[in-house]
Amino acid sequence: MKFVLVGRPNCGKSTLFNQVAGYKAETGNFHGTTVTYTESKVRVVGEVIDVVDLPGTYILDGSNPAEKVTHDYLLNNSVDVIINVIDATFLTQSLELTLELLKLNKPMLIAMNMMDEVQRTGLKVDGPGLQELLGVRVLPLVASKGRGVKSLFLQAKAIVAEGQAISERYQDYEDTPISRHKKAIELAEQFVKQGERNLTFRDRLDDVLLHPVYGYIGLALILLLFFQGVYGVGQLIEPPLLTFFEGIIKNINSHISSQNLIGVLINGVLQGVMAGFAIVLPYLFPFLVGLGFLEDVGYLPRIAFMMDSLMHRIGLHGKAIVPFILGYGCNVPAIMSTRTLEDSRERFIAATLSTLVPCAARLVVVFGLVAFYLGPLWALGLYMLNLFVIALTGRILTMLLPDTSPGMILEMPPYRIPTLKAVLNKAWFRIREFLVEAWPTLIFGSAALAILVFYDLAKYFNYLVKPITWLLDLPEAVGVPLIFGILRKELSLIMLGQALGSVNYSNVLTNAQLFTFTVFVVFFIPCAATLIMLKKELGTKKMLWVTVITILIALTAGGVSRLLGWLI
Amino acid sequence: MRLNELDENIWVTILGFSGGEKMHERMTQHGIYPGDKTRIIRTAPLKGPFLVEVSGRELIIGRSLAKNILVELSV
Repeated sequence: MKFVLVGRPNCGKSTLFNQVAGYKAETGNFHGTTVTYTESKVRVVGEVIDVVDLPGTYILDGSNPAEKVTHDYLLNNSVDVIINVIDATFLTQSLELTLELLKLNKPMLIAMNMMDEVQRTGLKVDGPGLQELLGVRVLPLVASKGRGVKSLFLQAKAIVAEGQAISERYQDYEDTPISRHKKAIELAEQFVKQGERNLTFRDRLDDVLLHPVYGYIGLALILLLFFQGVYGVGQLIEPPLLTFFEGIIKNINSHISSQNLIGVLINGVLQGVMAGFAIVLPYLFPFLVGLGFLEDVGYLPRIAFMMDSLMHRIGLHGKAIVPFILGYGCNVPAIMSTRTLEDSRERFIAATLSTLVPCAARLVVVFGLVAFYLGPLWALGLYMLNLFVIALTGRILTMLLPDTSPGMILEMPPYRIPTLKAVLNKAWFRIREFLVEAWPTLIFGSAALAILVFYDLAKYFNYLVKPITWLLDLPEAVGVPLIFGILRKELSLIMLGQALGSVNYSNVLTNAQLFTFTVFVVFFIPCAATLIMLKKELGTKKMLWVTVITILIALTAGGVSRLLGWLI
Repeated sequence: MRLNELDENIWVTILGFSGGEKMHERMTQHGIYPGDKTRIIRTAPLKGPFLVEVSGRELIIGRSLAKNILVELSV
């Protein structure tokens, strides 16, 4: 049995999906969060059912990727019940899609979501009346709190059992977007009674957060608070964890010999395990919780609104701020999210620039080296330098590829109070990616490096990167961590200890070298996973371009910071 | 009259779109149609985009798009 969830963007489909499927889909208070469909098996009263979460779309016969995915899926797959999730607070737009879905002549039922929001804003929605008129079941739902989920799925099962629920009542109108729109307005007017619309909390908050002066101050404060919070939590957790793991490693080392291959291998593996646990997770976890919170509150589109004008100067629209912000978590979803941009030129620029955004892995390098040894202000400085370089690169790319794209259009969602469960689940969802995909690579890389060092092979890597290390005045031995950094950016930090023979980096590197090394790591070639995603999304040629561009930028930025260190 | 020439908080009716088929499609994709009533809620700083209310929801619309939305004052 197969149920599919269809609805307009930001209507709570993915939230509903996650309620039944454990946590499988990413959600956000944002248009275009889901661009591919997610499938999961769900047990409903003893029966296993396939539930599919399709990307949010306003219409079916559209041209953008989300619309195409949804449209093709509905046409080419056998579907038992379409669950049309609609946002009760925006009934008009939701019903347009509903009317289009009715034309498909498939069993269908309507889940009227955000019923709590309806009560809060004083709307009166007549669900039974709508059900009567459309001839399909309409069920109330508060997906975020899990209310109404069970009865929804039971009803869907009942529809399959009864073998009906194809509406025949609502077919007699012209099937064009404009006539559907008119019809939807008619229906909404008939079944929604607007209570008193008072100046809401939202309006008052927007007066401040979208204000020409306070808005930017607010943005700066929120981001500052965000990064300070991440740093604070990381600082709290990292040192005790490090001490703990170093104790264990010392203990184990006293039992095994470091002179033979096995001992070296065990040591390498342990270093990798420790690195993931004690160096990466302390910063990654608070970062992802914070990002999830900003996303679910609905702040990201507000950033897009405030930043559009500035983004124009680097050849992009405010909407392209999404890949950037996601990029601070991980470049891979950032590249994926460029799909929401219509123009291929804009996609290339956004993708190139978002690979320059220091992701959580690079954040770890920045915090582990620069913030730890030189202080948090230097880390902030590096982030500023990074923004400057991104802006400059954007400018140059815009000069080479002039802007012909249409302007931005983006839904501004209401503020929503995120549930702790959703935020934590989302953080866990992203951390799991690190645990499953990155951590093993990390451990493997660490072990491989230990073997290279054992057989004295590492020096060949170092020769390979010698021109770079020489140019940037870095010790020859950092060549290996740099190369392995392409695998995973954290490796550049973690392997540094192996390569230099000390984990107290301030003993083996000068402050200027620490800074230059970090700058280079931040900018040069995106990690392997990002490269793979770039190839998938933009093609091999553009991926190679991005690689060349980032190496050039890394060399320039590293060179500048070397010169600065030399002057100071 | 074009949407970008409008002051804040004045209700207008959308007459149509200039800028060809592509523009029409984009507007349709976002549920904006001729006949809809709309107003500019606020304008982003630094000559940024508009925040626009269309049938009860809020949309960010860039200046170059707003230029292609033809409107007339609602009575």
